[in-house]
Amino acid sequence: MEYQEQKDLRAFAIRIRMAALEAIHSIGSGHVGGAMSIADTLAVLYGREMNVRPEDPKWADRDCLVVSKGHAGPAVYATLALKGFFPYEELKTLNRGGTRLPSHCDRNKTPGVDVTTGSLGQGTSQAAGLALGNRIKGRKNRVFLIVGDGEAEEGQCWESFLFASAKKLSNLVVLIDWNKRQLDGYLDDVLPMGDFVAKMEAFGFDTVMVDGGDVAQIAAALERTRAGGDKPYAIVLDTVKGHGVDEVEQTAMNHSMPVTDERFERWTAELRQKLEALEG
Amino acid sequence: MKIVYNGELNPRLCKDVLGETIAEIVNADENAIYLDADLMSCISTLKWAKANPERAVDCGIAEANMAGVAAGLAVAGFKPIIHSFGTFASRRIYDQIFLSGGYAKNDITVIGTDPGVTATMNGGTHMPFEDVALYNALPGATVIDASDPVCLISVLKQCQNRPGIKYIRVGRKQLARIYADGSELEIGKAVTLREGTDAVIFAAGLMLHEALQAAASLEAQGVSAAVVDCFTIKPIDADAIEAWAKKCGAVVVAENANRHGGLYDIILEVLAERCPVPAAVVAVEDEFGEVGTQGYLQERFGLTAAHIEEQVRTVLARK
Repeated sequence: MEYQEQKDLRAFAIRIRMAALEAIHSIGSGHVGGAMSIADTLAVLYGREMNVRPEDPKWADRDCLVVSKGHAGPAVYATLALKGFFPYEELKTLNRGGTRLPSHCDRNKTPGVDVTTGSLGQGTSQAAGLALGNRIKGRKNRVFLIVGDGEAEEGQCWESFLFASAKKLSNLVVLIDWNKRQLDGYLDDVLPMGDFVAKMEAFGFDTVMVDGGDVAQIAAALERTRAGGDKPYAIVLDTVKGHGVDEVEQTAMNHSMPVTDERFERWTAELRQKLEALEG
Repeated sequence: MKIVYNGELNPRLCKDVLGETIAEIVNADENAIYLDADLMSCISTLKWAKANPERAVDCGIAEANMAGVAAGLAVAGFKPIIHSFGTFASRRIYDQIFLSGGYAKNDITVIGTDPGVTATMNGGTHMPFEDVALYNALPGATVIDASDPVCLISVLKQCQNRPGIKYIRVGRKQLARIYADGSELEIGKAVTLREGTDAVIFAAGLMLHEALQAAASLEAQGVSAAVVDCFTIKPIDADAIEAWAKKCGAVVVAENANRHGGLYDIILEVLAERCPVPAAVVAVEDEFGEVGTQGYLQERFGLTAAHIEEQVRTVLARK
């Protein structure tokens, strides 16, 4: 990848973080940690890998994103708004009565959201069904599925992974946000998940692990999933929950956090500084 | 539509009718697709499915995933039909069918076989008395207790183009012959099987035969009981319920399910709001299932013509 493109994607990821925080700040609190950890992946997906049309969100041949960790909604909305799926100002309606931007992703509400998620594990089966359906219809598009590491404690994930592998769904790419933390603390303390790479390989996935905070590594891993073949793909994203904002990263219990005016100013200032350092 | 009830069984096994009708629907509609969870052999679809692997998907013993895959297929433009035994097609996949299906507006037809006492030799673990209540609580769902093979065919075909979650419960064996072959039944419209003036029996599924037997016995004793087929439990035909309740002034509901949350509750709502008259029920009295022949189980849980007769006399005394 060209250096300039890499810089652009890093800037996009920072803008996603800023926009997500702006949305969460507007309602006072929300799922900050998991929105921050997936921002770099969203930047690469929408900035480089996925074939979508913001002006025609239901285009039948589009690549689809299933955010099975549906509570990452604010990061998804931030990305979609920056891509022009809906006005940026709408981010400030997050979780307000009558909004198109509910806490968890809803395909019937938000332009650009392909699948309704929120009850953990359920997005994984829907993604497999969508990939199977697209293949039967002869479409060349792909389905990208984001799964939380804590979410993988749900048994349904493993039913769907077995299914995807059995049906040879190479048009499905599973991205596991291995950020090590869940609501009640660290996975290793709540319910250790062991070796994600070994697990996904054992379930029949073509699997790699990358630094989920490095857009170049994410882009390279995604690029190799274009090859097709007879296996679904898994990319284990080694991430930090809250990544990109020091204070959030350092807060142990950062799954859901209040975003006060003071915090918002401080965190946004940090992100703006990083953006300026990048873009000059 | 023609009623041909004479107390005999329809010669066709419901499982064979299911298998043929599913194949017919999928062969005729490029957007139809059928999913099962390792029970294709039980509804006579396995042979056809093996010849049509792209349109008939065996998901293995993973019902929750099957429901989610069906939802994903709906996102891709398909109209999925999924099948499992009634317990697994309701309780086990409830959150998946509720959210990935209903809430997300992914239209899916769910077939739950062996409802209530028809689960016989599989026993209590496989005996859904609560499936009706669960699907009644799913917003916008259509809930069907198939009357006979003719009703099953008609309803299954209508479900293909009906929005929302459609739940059809039906046994795999034989049911009484009620409708002439080729009859069409409209979802949401109750059917009068027998006229009457003293009391009305609202029944569904295998209880229709028991209700008609009870009505014949009561007639010989000078009591005129109407029998109405409520194969669509939800949305209930409220106008028909109201009209019959007004005409007869006494109601008995007969269902092969728990008395709580099923056909009885839905009919009581209509009566309470539109026409309060004495009512009684023949249903499972809030119990779990158990193993046995269907004859034993109908006696054990009080689901026979004799029980219906008794309840008709009870409501008549309260008129």
